[in-house]
This record gives sequence, structure tokens and C-alpha cells, in this order.
Amino acid sequence: MIEPQPVSFHRGAARSLATPDLPAKIERATTRLVAARHAAFAAFPEGDALRDEARAIRARVVGHLDQHLIRFETELQKRGGHLHWAAAAGDAVRIVGEIARARGVRRVVKGKSMVSEEVELNAALEAAGIHVVETDLGEYVAQLAGEPPSHIVGPIIHKSREDVAAVFREKLGAGDEDVADAARMTALARRTLRAEFLAADMGISGANFGIAETGSICLVTNEGNGRLTTTLPRVHVALLGIERLVATMADLGVMLRLLARSATGQKLSVYSNVLSGPRRRDPAGSEAASEPDGPDELHVVLVDNGRTELLGTELAEILYCIRCGACLNTCPVFQSVGGHAYGSVYSGPVGAVLTPALRGLDAYPDLPHASSLCGACREICPVRIDIPRMLLALRARGARRPDTPAWIRQGLRMYAWLAVRPRLFAAAARAARIATRIRARDGWLRSLPGPLAGWTAHRDFPAFAPRSFQRLWRDRGPAAPR
Amino acid sequence: MRIQLLATCLVDHLFPRVGLAAAAVLERCGVQVTVPPGQTCCGQPALNAGFTEEARRMARHTIDVLTADDAPVVVPSGSCADMIVHHAPGLLAGDAAYASRARAVAARTHELSQFLVDSARRPDCGACLAGSAVYHPSCHGLRALGVDRQPRELLAHVRGLELRPLHDAETCCGFGGLFAVKMSDVSGAMLERKLGAIEASGADTVIATDMSCLMHIAGGLRRRGSRVAVRHLADVLAGAGPPTEPA
Repeated sequence: MIEPQPVSFHRGAARSLATPDLPAKIERATTRLVAARHAAFAAFPEGDALRDEARAIRARVVGHLDQHLIRFETELQKRGGHLHWAAAAGDAVRIVGEIARARGVRRVVKGKSMVSEEVELNAALEAAGIHVVETDLGEYVAQLAGEPPSHIVGPIIHKSREDVAAVFREKLGAGDEDVADAARMTALARRTLRAEFLAADMGISGANFGIAETGSICLVTNEGNGRLTTTLPRVHVALLGIERLVATMADLGVMLRLLARSATGQKLSVYSNVLSGPRRRDPAGSEAASEPDGPDELHVVLVDNGRTELLGTELAEILYCIRCGACLNTCPVFQSVGGHAYGSVYSGPVGAVLTPALRGLDAYPDLPHASSLCGACREICPVRIDIPRMLLALRARGARRPDTPAWIRQGLRMYAWLAVRPRLFAAAARAARIATRIRARDGWLRSLPGPLAGWTAHRDFPAFAPRSFQRLWRDRGPAAPR
Repeated sequence: MRIQLLATCLVDHLFPRVGLAAAAVLERCGVQVTVPPGQTCCGQPALNAGFTEEARRMARHTIDVLTADDAPVVVPSGSCADMIVHHAPGLLAGDAAYASRARAVAARTHELSQFLVDSARRPDCGACLAGSAVYHPSCHGLRALGVDRQPRELLAHVRGLELRPLHDAETCCGFGGLFAVKMSDVSGAMLERKLGAIEASGADTVIATDMSCLMHIAGGLRRRGSRVAVRHLADVLAGAGPPTEPA
């Protein structure tokens, strides 16, 4: 899907920074999650070696994705599931819409699914007259508030308890008693959602992993809503990015041990569900010999939407991502501005690579620059994705684009031209010394001209020194023998 | 023992005291210092901005400057050392004339504190500084080169210095090169957090291994009217004055 207007991180970040209390709320929530993650790994001495193993597992899957996808399809079908291939976002939406229409579905409950956000499924279903309710508590609040999720794991990480209370008052008619504390607010959501679960014709979920050797999907949740969504309605549709496979159940075990620890600091999420096909019925028709629960039909929609374009490229590594959100939590840029600033479902460091990689630099020209390249993301990633390397690769692609500001293009070319000519480089430095020392007070400048004013918006800039180090060194002469 | 000092462009032209201090510390530790002529900029600013070809040209120039002599290279910056140790060999991997030279230079390049502690084995440089300080680990040195233990060890030997803990010490100060100019407000928000942590520590000095981060932090402290001083590790070890004073 091509965005009609380029999305500007710069503007999105300015909006976030101008929103009262928002940066403080995000910082509070993310630093708490990072602390929990570090505590979990501190108590998990094999964690580091397991990260290497997890990286190898993901590299094998992404490196031979075709074979794993075919295996997954074959095994899923053996167990009675239906597989659908969605090449683009529109295909995914159409496929789910057709499944719903053919079965007369009026009411849908949804588990958390970033892919469904990516393809903008809810809006399409609602346009078709279908009632859609998010059942992950955070997603539910975001849906009530009419906002997209701001974090791939914690959708309302940008909201305080008071903010949620305000949403419940306005949208659910909650009274003071209902929103007095977190437990009562949760109870209210639970009562409301329970009725939705019981009335739903179809459940839509994401999946944390597909397991190729069994054609199963794995869902981890902390609220149990995933179980209800996938077992109670008569039809279950799971959306899955094509890269989200592991080869074996043993590999899944490795990933699960890292996922929850990285995401929230838990050893495991509260619910880890592995679903293999729909409810199996006794061939002779005996209810007693049939499985007691589960949907009549299971559909898995594998969504490509730009992913195969990345295979074999310098950006393929971003497909190793297991969506734990740790890089968002630890990123000082994300901590300062939150997810909405990125203007995309996938935010933070992973989003700054994945979004332009999938949707193009035309749509997201400045996202690769939404980083100081501090490397905290690479350090925390459970599968050791080298995000800074790919940000640089995307910046290199962007540098040749016409929307790179002329002052940067010309300035860096001039700088590089001078840098390989030491005498001219020194002469240019002398000119800069004169220009800066004339205007400096106590050796510092309060304002810089033109685009460099960005620097002096928040900090002073030092004047160049009266004499360079190399000049002082030459003047000093050879060191006195000791 | 003899080394080549790569001052870095920032130290060369903005903070020459830091270069002199680095040389003084090395000489005090019995290391002979040469400053290879023709050194300019390692090319990292171009690389970070996505100007790969420009970065490559500057990396070649730096390799040329550093291969006239085969002595180890010492850099008073984790970020520039990371450029030479990790990025230059990658940038020049396909360049028949430079690939092996880039790898050779990378193998004998050290960030200053790494060199002092791990190569020269001189964790005690005989420095004194009366007062309290916090240490800010610069991101590239910390995460790309593993520089953390060495500066702390050096600082632990500075007489009279009380090193205090810095809250969220490993969080970036928001510098990031052009990031501080292009994404000025986001960078400014990151800087505010860092400055807040520094001031909350009650220390009177903030010490780091990179003048880039320190230029950012010092510019922010000045803007706030803070009294906290900024020192490069080399300055502290040499017992020299603040890096921003004229030499």
C-alpha cells in the first residue's frame, strides 16, 4: 500500500513532545519493562547462549523460507486447517472478508495481531457491516479510544490508569465505582468482553509463531483472551506474517523462553497455546468421541505484503524479529516520543527498519534517521538483530534521494572533499575558527545559522580553538627524552 | 613502546587540550607518542548520514595516514576507534588496494583507555582530581568496543576523586552526530534526561571518553546554567584543565 503523503517522523515526534505528560508516561512504562527484562536475564545464566541459538533458528527459517512454508502448509492441511496466501495487504483483507461473508459472520472477536493492524483489517470488516471487538485489554482500550496501538506488545503504553478510566467513562458509561482502581476497571472490561465472546461468530487472532513440522500456530497471551478467541467462535482465522515460522516444536521452546523474558521479564507468558487444526470430530459422528471444544474451521492467512522482497537483501535480517518489543523499550528515542510518532504499526528501532523496508522510503523517508545509533537495540535483541547496520543501509539508500536536504548533501560532499586534502581541511578549520570566535562568548555560541540552528535550539556550540592540536604539537617539538 | 595518536577532528580543532592531555598521559606511562601528519576525519559523520562513498574516501585517507608507520594507533574516542576498527574494514572489503591494510590498521587500533589498561597495563597514571564525578559511558565505545571496565579502572586510581553512580548511565545522551541537528527536538529531550541524571548525582564533574558526547553534554549544561564541569578522561588522567579552555 503506497501512502499518499510521506509520513514524517520529525513531525510525529514534535507532536509527541508537545503532548503534556506523554513523554513522562512512556519513559516510566518503558524503563520499568527494561528493568524487568534485565532482571529476568540476570536470573537466566543460559540466556546469552540461548540468544545465539535463537538467532540461528531464525536465520535458518528466513534463509530457507520457501521450504518451511510448504511444510507448514502441508502439515496444517493434514490436520484439517485451511491455508490462504495473501500477497499484499488488500489480499489479506479480501480473504478474511470472504471467509466472513460466506459463513454469515456478523460479530467478530479479535486477539492481538499486529499483522491485522498492518493490513488495516478492522476498518475493512466494519465497512462490510461486521461488528469487530478487540479482546486484548490494551487493544480494547485503544479501540475504544479510537487510536492505533502505540507499542507492539503494550498497545496503550502511552496511557496512564487515569487516561484509561476516562476512556471507560466516556465509551462504556462507567461510573466512579467502576474505575476506582485497576482491578475494578479490568473487571468491567471482562464483563463487557465476556458477552462479546459468547455472541461472536468468528475469532480472529495473530500468532507468535507457526510451527512448520506440525502445521500448528502458537499464541502467547497474558489474559486468556487468546484462548477464548481461538476456541469459542465457530470459525477461527489466524493472520501470520510469512516469516513468523519455526521449524520444530523444540525450536519453539527456545523462542518462548526468550520471548516473554525479553518482552515483559516473565519466564513465560501466562498462556502459551499451541493450536493444531480445528476441533476434531469423531468420523462416526459421536459427540462423546469428538474433541470437546475448538472451532469448526481454522483458517491461517499467511501475509507477505513486501516481505519476500527483503529475502536475500541486506535487510533480510529484520525478518528474524519475534516482536518482543524490547528494542522499543530500551530505545532512548522511543522512550522520548512513543510509538505514534513513527506513523506506522511497527515503531521503535525495529519499525524504523521494517516500515521503510516493507512500505518504501517514498512513504517513510525520515524513519531511518529516527535513531542516534546508540546500539541499545542490538544489545537487547533476543535474536541479536543488527538494527544499526540496517539503519545505515537505509540511510545510504536515502542519501541518494532528492528529498535529502541540499545542505546535508552538499555539506557532506564538501567535508569529505576537504578531509582527503589535509592542508585545505586545516585552512577550512581556520576559517571556521574565525567565524565562530568572532561570535562566541566565553568560547561558546548561543546560536548557529541556517539548518545548524537545530543544534543551538537545545545546546550551546563550542567555538573552534585558537590553535589546532596538530599545530600545538608541531610547535611543541619532539618530546624531551626521559 | 611507541604509538601513533589519532587525535580525531573534533579534538584537533575544537578541543586540542584533550589531544595534548592524551599525549601527556601516554608519555607519563613511558609510551613514545607520534602524531602522524595529514590526519583529518575518519569518515564516521559521512557514514552515519548514509554517504557511503564519501565515508569510503575518508576511510582510505585515514588508512593512508596510519600506514606510513606500523606502530599501534591510539584514539581518544570510542566512536572514531569503532569507525576504524569495525566500519572501515567493512567499507573497504571490496577494495583490493585497501582491504588488507584496513584490516591491519583495525587490528592495531585502540581506544585510549583500552590501550592504557589492556596494552600498556598502566591502570594507575598517577593522576589527582579533588572532587566528585560521574562517568558517562559513550555508546559506541561501550557497545561496539566493550569500553567500560577500562575507564572505570583508570578512574578508580585517580587520587582524591569520588566516583558517583549515574542513573541510567548507559542511556545515550542524544548526540548521534547529525541526529542532534536534524532531529533536534528528540535529541534535546534525550539530552534533558541525561543532564537531569548528571545533576541529580550531585557530582561536580562528568567524565567520558568521547568529546562528541561531552560537547553535547557541555553545550546542554551551559544552556541550563549548570555548574557541573565536563572533562575528557584524558584530561582527568593528565590532571589538565577543562577541555574547553584555550590551550
